[in-house]
Amino acid sequence: MPSPEAPAAGAPWYRLAIDAFKAHDIRLVTYVPDNVLRPLIEAVHADPFFTAFATTREEEALGILTGAWMGGTRGILLMQTSGFATLPNAIASLAVPFQIPLLMMVSERGTLGEFNQGQALVAKTMRPVLDALALEHHTLSRLDEVSFILDRAIRQAVATQAPACFILSPLLTGGKVFAA
Amino acid sequence: MSFASNHPTRRDQAKVMSRAELTRRLVARLDHEEAVIGGIGFANFELWGAGQRPQNFYMLGSMGLAVPIALGVALAQPSRRVVALEGDGSMLMQLGALATVAGLAPKNLIVVIQDNGAYQITGGQPTAASVADLVAVARASGLAQSAWAADEGDFEEMVVRALREDGPWVIGTRIDSAKPEATTERDPARIRDQFMRGLGVKR
Ligand SMILES: Cc1ncc(C[n+]2csc(CCOP(=O)(O)OP(=O)(O)O)c2C)c(N)n1
Repeated sequence: MPSPEAPAAGAPWYRLAIDAFKAHDIRLVTYVPDNVLRPLIEAVHADPFFTAFATTREEEALGILTGAWMGGTRGILLMQTSGFATLPNAIASLAVPFQIPLLMMVSERGTLGEFNQGQALVAKTMRPVLDALALEHHTLSRLDEVSFILDRAIRQAVATQAPACFILSPLLTGGKVFAA
Repeated sequence: MSFASNHPTRRDQAKVMSRAELTRRLVARLDHEEAVIGGIGFANFELWGAGQRPQNFYMLGSMGLAVPIALGVALAQPSRRVVALEGDGSMLMQLGALATVAGLAPKNLIVVIQDNGAYQITGGQPTAASVADLVAVARASGLAQSAWAADEGDFEEMVVRALREDGPWVIGTRIDSAKPEATTERDPARIRDQFMRGLGVKR
């Protein structure tokens, strides 16, 4: 018998993500949507464990999570690569200096079959920005690594009071395909 | 009687007041460990000057995020009142936050806009707040309980009501451009740690 925590065999990436969020009491999910994130967004809306809502900007979502963390509630920000590109100032002036374990999950556009030039270019800024801010970040590309990475990186973020970013590679999610 | 009809609905009907004095009057009314988020600009300076409390959070950057941070605290602690003190320039930078607040309708959130029509801390350049009435914007964003404070006494009356009755509330105040009376100590880790202790999250 699998334990209640153990994900069902063959569970998709977003189920594993939900299990990891629950295991770490991450209840608040703020997002600006993306098509790849859709099953995860739908799943958190369908589950009463979570409080989930869209914000008008990613920065706003970051501010909400910061306030919630200080008030005792853990959360995660879901967004697209283009959304991450709007965040460096808020990360550098709020999350990092105030030592907030800000959790971010980014659906990676701009690579492995991108069809939109703007997406392809803005995506190039993501890892350099994460590295410039010395932020812990992990690219999730294999289903068998998802649970381990999420579990350990969330623990580390909380223990070290530092942000962490999870990048959902098209290798994991299938990405968004141009219907030619 | 509706909130709006008891108080000025238009910016030009409101008296221009002292930010320091209004902030002191607000803080003096807080008797239930209410949380206050002081925005970037001189909002957090005057909040610091009005007397430091463990439930005060002083923003040192991230222009526009006082309302989102306050919303996050309000969602995490529904039985505590939470006040966002935000300047007009900062509010204009993150107007969508008003719509998000309206959609969630947290009963315990109070937004106080300190409108001097200027980006005062960066040299007093005019903002668009004299054109776009921020209380009218809040109302159009779905926040029905939004009004301007006519004068100091009216402001206190609005604060007292907002602290007792269900929100969300938006209180617009027109303020002058006097130099702030204090400067916030810029120690973000300490500010955050004290705030979390003040909210009972850390012991
Ligand atoms: C994203 C961003 N843009 C610009 C600035 C520079 N800046 C800091 S405070 C400020 C003005 C804030 O105006 P307001 O909220 O009206 O407050 P006041 O200065 O009038 O107290 C500006 C433009 C900044 N810190 N961050």
